Amino acid sequence: MWDYTDKVRDHFLNPRNVGEIEAPDGVGEVGSLACGDALKFMFKLDNEKRKIAIAKFQTFGCASAIASSSALTEIILGMTVEEAERVTNQDIADFLGGLPQEKMHCSVMGREALEAAIADYRGEAPAEKKELEGNIVCTCFGVTDVELKRVIKENNLKSIEDVTNFTKAGGACGTCHPDLAKILAEVSGEAEKTLPAEKPTKKLSNIKKMQLIQETIEREIRPSLRADGGDIELIDIEGDKVIVAFRGVCSHCPSSEITLKENVEKKLKEFVTDDIIVVEE
Amino acid sequence: MKTIYLDNNATTKVDEEVFEEMKPYFCELYGNPSSMHTFGGQVHKKIDEARARVAELIGAADPSEIIFTSCGSESDNAAITGVIKSNPNKKHIVTTKVEHPAVRNMCRYLAKNGYFLTELGVDKEGMLDLDQLREVVTDDTALVTIMYANNETGVIFPIDEIAAIVKEKGSVFHTDAVQAVGKIPLDMKSANIDLLALSGHKLHAPKGVGALYVKRGTKYSPFIIGGHQEHSRRGGTENVPSLIGLGKACELAGANIEYENTEVRRLRDKLEDNLMRLAPDTRLNGRKDQRLPNTTNISFEYVEGEAILLLMNDFGICASSGSACTSGSLEPSHVMRAMGVPFTAAHGSTRFSLSRYNTESDVDLVIEKLPPIIKRLREISPFGRDNL
Repeated sequence: MWDYTDKVRDHFLNPRNVGEIEAPDGVGEVGSLACGDALKFMFKLDNEKRKIAIAKFQTFGCASAIASSSALTEIILGMTVEEAERVTNQDIADFLGGLPQEKMHCSVMGREALEAAIADYRGEAPAEKKELEGNIVCTCFGVTDVELKRVIKENNLKSIEDVTNFTKAGGACGTCHPDLAKILAEVSGEAEKTLPAEKPTKKLSNIKKMQLIQETIEREIRPSLRADGGDIELIDIEGDKVIVAFRGVCSHCPSSEITLKENVEKKLKEFVTDDIIVVEE
Repeated sequence: MKTIYLDNNATTKVDEEVFEEMKPYFCELYGNPSSMHTFGGQVHKKIDEARARVAELIGAADPSEIIFTSCGSESDNAAITGVIKSNPNKKHIVTTKVEHPAVRNMCRYLAKNGYFLTELGVDKEGMLDLDQLREVVTDDTALVTIMYANNETGVIFPIDEIAAIVKEKGSVFHTDAVQAVGKIPLDMKSANIDLLALSGHKLHAPKGVGALYVKRGTKYSPFIIGGHQEHSRRGGTENVPSLIGLGKACELAGANIEYENTEVRRLRDKLEDNLMRLAPDTRLNGRKDQRLPNTTNISFEYVEGEAILLLMNDFGICASSGSACTSGSLEPSHVMRAMGVPFTAAHGSTRFSLSRYNTESDVDLVIEKLPPIIKRLREISPFGRDNL
């Protein structure tokens, strides 16, 4: 059982500022259902467009993810955008009287959502910007080297375990552990200044890809299948391979193979990326 | 606040009668059963009785087929290594993707040390494809190890059929029956099961004691090498009070097995039916008609398991979850993933496991408290908002 502070428990049991704002000035969305936590954060400035007057959130996640989101909204209320910009994940954790080490990534998610919302307010496209800002190191959770370096520096992280606790990177398949070790060494200046090997930069981050796939299925594919009494379920995503299952009448439809290629795959190629291959479970 | 304990697949309450049976063996009858004097020797008789009680519950032909161990994990580890050490020329092991870590990680350890491992997948209801099993078992297969019933979903595999296939192929079969023993009737005499692991604390005996059934004639090498205890098949001075407790617990489990399959099943079904009726967007994980009578695993979409558990905790309700956050591993349970449960549902999977101690009012409280908890968390969640 996690050892949560009373403040974490309070903000989990009685979260402040849950909901959405009509005509917000900035909206930031991070995480996804697949990752196990996701946060949609938005704020609205006062009439003079100086200070943050309203901040709201919606969170899917564990107790510390909900508490971190709630804390974030409380911290930034009344701040100018410039002040809010300086809020770190440690500020969120401190506000809550600390978080278990393994849950620090929840505070990082809060800071990332804030950053995304500020970028949105300034008219920047946050996801795209993040793409250009670095190479994906952890493909499971879509964490870039730029982000890793920043979190490592800000929180003075020393081990791969720390990095996983704060960013989730390396917490699933573990194949990026050597890269994480290199980045850690690089940041602490212990190792030679060689950069990790170049990786393709144009790749969609995994989170972005998962979000796009989920959205495309919801918007472009499911309605037409449901109209015929069928349905589709997203089972898993392995790289560019999207695994789906047909439900309802589709599950025993002799032409489901055609639907798979002509409808599902075509749509996903169109809206997500050309490399997508769709297979049935 | 009253504790509503619905996490009996994690561990169980020690039955009062079990505890009473154990008590004299701490401060009064503390002798070593291996000693020559009567003071120690009399304990040995009690151990024989416990062994016979364990054998009786699982329908073993003879009590000598029972080896006492320290836990379910030791029983599983001992079974796997005991068999492969006795068949050094065979280098293939078959298991499934949904095993308990005691089997899964032992098999994976061996796979890194010269063994070839096949992990059979399951379908979306958690069931195995027996044709696939027939295909993968070869002359080189030293051991097939497949759990009797799944700890997370309660899904029961057709073990008698599986054991028959393994026998026909000429390999050895072990089953991790930690969740099945005491919940469903078993009969080793009629089954082709060569080895079976069980654990005390899952059936109202204390923690720290288990047993391994080894069918007479099965080639087996000891896991703990030491003294002559357990007919030299498991070294180490016996955990006397606990294995006496295990014996008593097995006797009680045998007497209660019908109750388990009628009354406990009825309460489980009532809980399951009502939760799925009262909370929209739920799904049952595991084949409905092939499950332990005490277990249900329900996914509440768009919400996360740890949050559900903590809110239930405030009402004294104890359950468990397959979500990533409860394991600390950042990934949802390997069982949910092997079943292809979509991640929208895997993170919100919640397991309730009952026992003969649960009452109608326990189940009624969960039915009353949980649906509003799910609604409340969905109001916070950015997903599934159309269904509030």
